[in-house]
Amino acid sequence: MLRYFLTRLAGAVPTLFVIVTIAFFLIRAAPGGPFDQEQTLPPEIMANLQSAYGLDLPIWNQYGRYLGALVHGDFGPSFKYKDFSVTELIGQGFPVTLELGSIAMALALILGIPIGTFAALNHNRVADYATMSLAVVGIAIPSFVVLPFLGLAFGIYLRWLPVAGWEPGSIRHLVLPVVALALPPLSVIARLTRANMLEVLRSHFIRTAFAKGLPLHTVILRHALRPTLLPVASYLAPAVASIMTGSLVVESIAGLPGIGRYMVQGALNRDYTLVLGMVIIYSTLLILMGLVVDLLYAWLDPRVRLVR
Amino acid sequence: MTPLLSIEEVSVSFSQHKRSIAAVRQVSLAVAARECVGIVGESGSGKTQVFMAVMGLLAANARADGSVRFEGHDILATAPEHLNRVRGSKLTMIFQDPMTSLTPHLKIGTQLAEVLVCHAGKSWSEARIAARRMLERVRVPEPIRRLNQYPHELSGGLRQRVMIGMSLLCDPMLVIADEPTTALDVTVQAQIIELLRAMREEVGTALVLISHDLAVVAGLADRILVMYAGRIVESATAVELFRHAQHPYTAELLKCIPSLSSPRLERLPTLAGQPPQPGDSLPGCMFAPRCSRAAERCRVERPLLAPTVGIARHVACHYPLPP
Amino acid sequence: MSGLFDDAARRLRSNPGALCAMFIILSMVALTLIGPWFNPNGGEALDWSHVASQPALQSAHWFGTDRLGRDLFARTLQGTRVSLAVGLVASAVSLLVGIGYGGVAGYVGGRTDHVMMRIIEILSGLPLIFFVIFLTVIFGRNEYLLFLSIGAVGWLTMARIVRGQTLSIRQREFIEAAVASGAGTARIIAKHVIPNVIGPVIVYATLTVPQIIMFESFLSFLGLGIQEPRASLGTLIAEGAGEMEAAPWILLVPGGFLAVLLLCLNIFGDGLRDALDVKER
Repeated sequence: MLRYFLTRLAGAVPTLFVIVTIAFFLIRAAPGGPFDQEQTLPPEIMANLQSAYGLDLPIWNQYGRYLGALVHGDFGPSFKYKDFSVTELIGQGFPVTLELGSIAMALALILGIPIGTFAALNHNRVADYATMSLAVVGIAIPSFVVLPFLGLAFGIYLRWLPVAGWEPGSIRHLVLPVVALALPPLSVIARLTRANMLEVLRSHFIRTAFAKGLPLHTVILRHALRPTLLPVASYLAPAVASIMTGSLVVESIAGLPGIGRYMVQGALNRDYTLVLGMVIIYSTLLILMGLVVDLLYAWLDPRVRLVR
Repeated sequence: MTPLLSIEEVSVSFSQHKRSIAAVRQVSLAVAARECVGIVGESGSGKTQVFMAVMGLLAANARADGSVRFEGHDILATAPEHLNRVRGSKLTMIFQDPMTSLTPHLKIGTQLAEVLVCHAGKSWSEARIAARRMLERVRVPEPIRRLNQYPHELSGGLRQRVMIGMSLLCDPMLVIADEPTTALDVTVQAQIIELLRAMREEVGTALVLISHDLAVVAGLADRILVMYAGRIVESATAVELFRHAQHPYTAELLKCIPSLSSPRLERLPTLAGQPPQPGDSLPGCMFAPRCSRAAERCRVERPLLAPTVGIARHVACHYPLPP
Repeated sequence: MSGLFDDAARRLRSNPGALCAMFIILSMVALTLIGPWFNPNGGEALDWSHVASQPALQSAHWFGTDRLGRDLFARTLQGTRVSLAVGLVASAVSLLVGIGYGGVAGYVGGRTDHVMMRIIEILSGLPLIFFVIFLTVIFGRNEYLLFLSIGAVGWLTMARIVRGQTLSIRQREFIEAAVASGAGTARIIAKHVIPNVIGPVIVYATLTVPQIIMFESFLSFLGLGIQEPRASLGTLIAEGAGEMEAAPWILLVPGGFLAVLLLCLNIFGDGLRDALDVKER
């Protein structure tokens, strides 16, 4: 198990390398540079700035220097936030984003799976139709619409929760962003679970389990749930991607000091190192998620062998 | 003496596209303690659905009418919680396809032990010991290793042995075996039949053996019921049935059994015509379109299951075959 | 073929939810097209006597105005029109790319198929938003490029569906018969494969439209999509989210429009899927 894990981790390095390389040259291909907005700068100062950040070197040279620093865990200095290194910026914001995202993901799983199961057990009855109608709403309406609406209802009219803002350790500030972020993956998971549960409930081994006289909850939890969750597990990686994407806007609406804003701002400002740092963080997260999915698969279905 | 299981006027129908399709029509039968009853018929004759109704395992779109009494209690009308008191312990079932009938992600030991945990109130460790002993009894080699294996690591024959062991864990009064050998290789089939015979002698349980193959049923059953198009058409002791079939359909089935004494190159006879589709209905005898003896009366008047010779002997035919 | 569609139409007619959704979508489309004639206010006209005024039927601005005194109704209709146009054009792009790619992969099969599907697998593992951010940044904020880049990332699922369908159809007899009779690959794809994958394709195209509208609104919300003074629902919502406390209608009107539009498109797509009996994968 451990060996498998390590092999896979090692396998992720070339993937990351390719992603970093593509991103590096893509962002450099963009017109303009990090100091364009400071047009008033005299040419000499501009040249000084350029050489201070090594931007006057040939691009291959810059690429080599960047990779060299990266190997030592140094993401380089930010071009825009001049007093900060990218490592510091991401180090400050990432815990907030991670907290927001992981609570949303957990919520989506903890609620989505039971809701889907409940709907399947009430197949073609009112409870099924009701939950699946709600799921369509959850899938259809994006988080950047849901969050302001929630803010309006619970923050401005009811005054139960803060509309925006952030205090370290405060749960109240996280409630609305987490709900807005969790809703789409929650709905997808509920739908997936329902559809697969219906299929699994028709299978022969479930008939055997019922014939053994096991109570319904044992049949569902011990016999039906694990095969039902296989497709849900393969949805996890897209779910993480969707939560990452959602957090870009949710953080900005809710005024959370996460790293979501750095992606768009960094790209618009040509803050090369910041963008690359973000790409590396997000890619690593996704690669790790893929690994988690594989391990989950092996647990859910013993016929799957972990070989590479 | 009341029979162990008595099925009275049981009908099963499936609703499909707002239409109701009858699969079993007013079937009545009884199984006494320690008796082995064979149920024979083509696929679609409703033989499995009768016992799915007994076990409360009908599909969601099916409905069953009539009465099923097990040890005197009506079990067709009871809620699943009440049915679960006998289902899996006193009344058990073995299914056709051992490949798909075991839960793929649970170890054999867990799947056996949970029956005892659920019904006998044993602890998991006690239940596992009992499970190991049961594997020995159903002649599974290396029982301790098997307990920790998953179903896909076992051969089909072994899995069916596991299924049989599972059905015997709580000393059942009645085991229903639905085509227990159909999905297996011929050599394994014989072993499984032999195992069922041995278990029956050892445990003294009653057995319902459902099969499309008279030959499978022949060696085990005391009594054989032949089903056609959702109805029982003939009922007789095994010996009598083989000696003299009264229903033309039974006679045709008997001809289909290959015999070692018959000339080798002769083609196996097959039954002419198509079996009726579930839901098909005729005013007269359902077998009439395929029957060489059918007369006008057969097409307009439905033959009822009438006693002929002796008490245990019934046939639903206007013109039963003479001895 | 026509039998399939007759059946589907009958099943769709007996689905009140999908019919209702279709009716609402058509009304919204009609409203965006004819609405401007009934509304005296243009989308870009500034009315300095009514800045951020509340919605009221008796005033000149039924749905109120925004910070600059622009009529919100006119702005929202214009935004809806833009969002719908982006949704349709980009879906068409993704449809064409997806059918082409999936059709070839499924039809040619073997190694080609393997490589092509591997590429899709890698691409769909990445958060597409990052690609689009890169593309927008590199090529500037051009609306036509926006259509293209959104469409270019929306084709992955479509390609997968088409490939699956093609693969299963390729093995059926009538294709073998066509091959045996000497028809060329291109002809077989056009004459036999495409007509047979049309059902699932229609369903997924219908379900792609709301996804793309959502995506475009998302980009516009981030300031990467449609630029001022033109508006899409995304930019209007971004504007409204900033004014939420003082003037909630600036958020509610476009937000409500987008929510209803996406919901109806999804319900209609689901209804269509049930009617055409396409399995979810």
